Amino acid sequence: MTDGGARVRILYFAWLRERVGVGEETVALPPDVATVADLTAWLGTRDPRFAAAFTAASTVRCAVNQVFAQADTPIAPDDEVAFFPPVTGG
Amino acid sequence: MATIRVQTEAFDIGVEMAALCAGRTDIGGIGCFVGTVRDGAAGRAISAMTLEHYPGMTERAMADMAAEAERRWNLLGCTLVHRVGRLLPGEAIVLVAAAAEHRQAALDATAFLIDWLKTGAPFWKKQAFADGAEAWVAARAEDDQAAARWSAG
Repeated sequence: MTDGGARVRILYFAWLRERVGVGEETVALPPDVATVADLTAWLGTRDPRFAAAFTAASTVRCAVNQVFAQADTPIAPDDEVAFFPPVTGG
Repeated sequence: MATIRVQTEAFDIGVEMAALCAGRTDIGGIGCFVGTVRDGAAGRAISAMTLEHYPGMTERAMADMAAEAERRWNLLGCTLVHRVGRLLPGEAIVLVAAAAEHRQAALDATAFLIDWLKTGAPFWKKQAFADGAEAWVAARAEDDQAAARWSAG
């Protein structure tokens, strides 16, 4: 990974973390990734585990910078993006 | 200001009530809800429930909910305590307490807060069964419906 490039920190929680096999990673942001949907698609092409995890994707939720996000939410360098199942607290 | 905590250790309702009311004489009622680990999912005994959360976002989401409840019901104070980690059947998971001048506001705010906590804060529960199997708890449509009834306010 080169210094100075745009990066995003990605977090995974609950069964999504178990399926992708990692809780957290920092990735170089590809230039054509501008939204949550773009990032999800890119992660799926990078590793089949992600594609499999996101196939159940009607149930995958996302937050950008710790606020619930939608597929069209923009992603910028240094953002923190989290993917997780529907919440089950309380 | 609301009291918001995420913690592994048990909470003491008496201590939390005393803190909520300390030095005040303007409170007329306090609503309180305590969620506990129920043994048995679809008739199957569980040995433990493990709660995971998203540190940072959790506290932010809880603070936003508390601020919304304080605004809607003119609360005089509220307390949200949510436990994480491994809990046993019968143990308390979550405490919601809302203080207001009158009971209806306190009770409604309490119901609002627990409904929103279940659907709007990033916690996840995993059940461990007596035979050693584990399963993540699925979100329930009923919880979404319960939260949605407050959206008009």
